[in-house]
Amino acid sequence: MKKLIIILIIKVLFIKNTFALIEVDITRGNLDPLPIAVSPLHVDIKSENIEGIKIKELGENISSIIEKNFKATGLFNPLKKEAFVQKPDIAHLKPRFEDWRLIKAQALVTGKLLVKDGKLKVEFRLWDLAAAKEMTALAFTTTPTNWRRVAHIISDKIYERLTGEEGYFDTRIIYVAESGKKNQRVKKLAIMDQDGANTKYLTLGNELVLTPRFNPTSQMVTYMSYFRNMPRVYLLDIETGTQEVVGNFPGMTFAPRFSPDGKKIVMSFAKDGNSDIYTMDLDTRVVERITDHSSIDTSPSFSPDGKFIAFNSDRSGLQQIYVMRSDGSGVKRITFGDGIYGTPVWSPRGDLIAFTKMRKGRFYIGVMRIDGTGERLLTENYYQEAPSWSPNGRVLVFYRETKAGSKGEGFSAKLWSIDITGYNERRLNTETDASDPSWSSLLSK
Amino acid sequence: MIFNKNLKNILLVVFTTLILSACSTAKKSGNIDGDVYTGKETVKFLASGVPDRIFFATNKSSLTTAARETLRKQATYLRKNKSLNVTIEGHADERGTREYNLALGERRANAAKDYLMTYGISGKRISTISYGKEKPVNPASTPLAWSQNRRSVTVKVN
Repeated sequence: MKKLIIILIIKVLFIKNTFALIEVDITRGNLDPLPIAVSPLHVDIKSENIEGIKIKELGENISSIIEKNFKATGLFNPLKKEAFVQKPDIAHLKPRFEDWRLIKAQALVTGKLLVKDGKLKVEFRLWDLAAAKEMTALAFTTTPTNWRRVAHIISDKIYERLTGEEGYFDTRIIYVAESGKKNQRVKKLAIMDQDGANTKYLTLGNELVLTPRFNPTSQMVTYMSYFRNMPRVYLLDIETGTQEVVGNFPGMTFAPRFSPDGKKIVMSFAKDGNSDIYTMDLDTRVVERITDHSSIDTSPSFSPDGKFIAFNSDRSGLQQIYVMRSDGSGVKRITFGDGIYGTPVWSPRGDLIAFTKMRKGRFYIGVMRIDGTGERLLTENYYQEAPSWSPNGRVLVFYRETKAGSKGEGFSAKLWSIDITGYNERRLNTETDASDPSWSSLLSK
Repeated sequence: MIFNKNLKNILLVVFTTLILSACSTAKKSGNIDGDVYTGKETVKFLASGVPDRIFFATNKSSLTTAARETLRKQATYLRKNKSLNVTIEGHADERGTREYNLALGERRANAAKDYLMTYGISGKRISTISYGKEKPVNPASTPLAWSQNRRSVTVKVN
């Protein structure tokens, strides 16, 4: 995808170390989201027409994607456009700060775009209305069909400037699209933009597919497939569509994840009924056995420095979470709470492990420190599991299933996200039922 | 105070008895023993008198007395039909994480396979596959459905 980006120029117009008054604290739940006005980008009248794109509406459409992104964070409150007090082109040159303050906006986004010689030129500015200052500005050129990504990149830049954290809007989510009756589910790999747009199906649904996971450094995906009724871990290049089975194992391989450098896959291999954890180096194809225990060892997840692996084991009787060095030494149980624990996933920031907890017939998504202390349960439901981190480690996406009736009716599976603060729980829009989400890294990093 | 304490103890005993009796009635109802399915509702037969499946307790892959009896019948049947090969499919209920359930289904299928092998059936005739929670036989979200879904099923392949 990186090759496809074609951002020809990224030119920072002004870098100012202004001491802005506005600042969004994302470390705690935000009950008072920042009011922000996103002015439609002004479309230069010299713009040429491009087939399939409504150039006149492009400025409007880009700004509304930015607004949706902001609203979904729960940290920002995009204001209604009817109240806007200046035309987009004039506001972009010189906002009348006091007028924008009157509609209670604290920040203002302005911009303009021009389509010329088959290229889309965009610039935007972020204004601090209280301080009457420009906070950041950026101009770039790309292909016009990339206009949705333009909106996401602008969103990321503004989020970064206002929160001090990396954004997560120019990202994608791979998941399993589900359809059909509960006991005859058809499952396909699907990929979409983080906001639910551009859904593409990567498999046809002829065989059962499960647990796709992104490579954090490329657009490769690892997943499990029952192709030819042999459950194995596969590697898929989503740009070329090529796929291959990972390793030459004589039995089921499952629960795959990439190492943080993207060079290894860690997964479970079931030999004579017993599941242990293995790695395979994707360059050398060398397979290493990491755990050797008569219990179930599965759901491995590397720490972002690659030195440790968190995993799920029932060696103490029931499912608990363990951490070991990545060579398999120094195994330590970290969960001792009331209930059983599964699906540990190490935060990309390295400080937390997300997990699924089962207790008294209820399912929880939570986070804890990497030594198992400081457990915080973020959400409780009838059934939910499989958290995956946003690349900035601030949001978790997971899937939730509903209770079914006596014939399986009323069953559904959907993707949900929640901030690690426990606030801002929301359902992601997917074309079909969905499960097993995995969040990509930033595409334009 | 002493009276109070005694009263509390008595109440506690009464309460516990109530709970226990509630439990024991629940255990017997609906063809579930403990939480292992004992009924016939979903069972198919490899041949007359040879059930195709066995049932497991939650999170367990140990074989119950009834499961052993079924497997012994399967072993006898397989000994009589020497050219027959089978696949044992291991399954879990929906109340667990997907990946753990895949491992659990694998363990259940292999528990059945190992038991058949102790009755002289060659391991070469038995393949195993786990479907985890992916193929429920009963799609309902009830303890009865879950008990029917915690199973391993012996399927003829030729």
